[in-house]
Amino acid sequence: MNGIHDMGGMHGFGAVDRRRDEALFPEVWQGRVCALAGYAMGAGLANIDAFRHAIERMPPDRYLSDGYYGRWLYALETLAAERLGGDAAVERPDHVGSVVREIDREPRFAVGNAVRTWNRHPQGHTRLPGYARDRRGVIAEVHPACVYPDTNAGGRGESPEYLYTVAFESRELWGEEAEAGATVYIDLFEPYLEALE
Amino acid sequence: MTADHQHGNDSPATRTEALEALLVKKGLVQSAAVDALVERYEQDIGPLRGARVVAEAWTDPAFRARLLEDGMPAIRELGFGDNTDAHVARLVVKENTDSVHNLVVCTLCSCYPWAVLGLPPAWYKSPAYRARAVREPRRLLAELGLDLSPDVEVRVWDSSAEVRYMVLPQRPRGTDGLGVEELTGLVTRDSMIGVEQL
Repeated sequence: MNGIHDMGGMHGFGAVDRRRDEALFPEVWQGRVCALAGYAMGAGLANIDAFRHAIERMPPDRYLSDGYYGRWLYALETLAAERLGGDAAVERPDHVGSVVREIDREPRFAVGNAVRTWNRHPQGHTRLPGYARDRRGVIAEVHPACVYPDTNAGGRGESPEYLYTVAFESRELWGEEAEAGATVYIDLFEPYLEALE
Repeated sequence: MTADHQHGNDSPATRTEALEALLVKKGLVQSAAVDALVERYEQDIGPLRGARVVAEAWTDPAFRARLLEDGMPAIRELGFGDNTDAHVARLVVKENTDSVHNLVVCTLCSCYPWAVLGLPPAWYKSPAYRARAVREPRRLLAELGLDLSPDVEVRVWDSSAEVRYMVLPQRPRGTDGLGVEELTGLVTRDSMIGVEQL
């Protein structure tokens, strides 16, 4: 979805405040939320993709104001409200362990192939960042097939797809003002990509 | 859009207590286990693992080759790579050289190599870092004190799926005589994300 979470390339957030010695959890509740998320998902509240999508569905102002673990808390509350109503049993999640899957077809692309990303704006979850939509890149690495987040987040099954690391020249992404000598590598699923002659 | 009523107006601490009570009541978590996991995050899982991996790679060329080939099996040799980040597909380690500098980000959320670096620092999760690392990495690095020569290519790794990235920084000059333990002490978390050189 075209949401506030898709931050690559945005202006206006200022300088990065890099502190080296801050506490991992400045407030006690943040540590508990972190651990609760791990256990609740392991026990079947939601898979990782549904959890990420629950964060993306937050109102944009809350996304910015609640902070990192605040967003986790909000997403867990959303999922609990949606899935723990009444006495219904919680289903096991689709996956707790690794997202890698064996599939009975070969990858469509090989290292060095030129590709273009699709220009789609799905309302649901996707892992193609907006800044890399409809852009030309080159396959840099072919990974094993993995659970496809776009379907898995919405309860429409794992439908595993091959995963690729795709290299994009900075200029292709950011135009004439792009910094020289920079390449951005993005991990993208096969359906996002079409072959480029 | 999600209604706000299920999130209430209470403080995050109060909301967390209510959430935990519900999850316990539904049988999804046990409070004692949550206590133990928080303690583990705070004390056991952290960037010291990554620092050890880097020091081994600096001193053992065969290990370095295996690490760059496929990160997860290599870190398991050192006893790391437990179920800290169980859903992850691969750990990929990218080596800095005289001509290439690597930088890791996750623009869509804040994916991070928990198995070797622990939980991400606040700045890594900040909107400013997520927004700028892919668009103006050189300017961002310069602001953070790292001025790269124009001859050095910057490679930014946006962790948009379940592949996790760690940077293998260059070994500092003048450390030829040091052993793995001393070298481990020189490796910073931020150098393994790529915002610092040693």
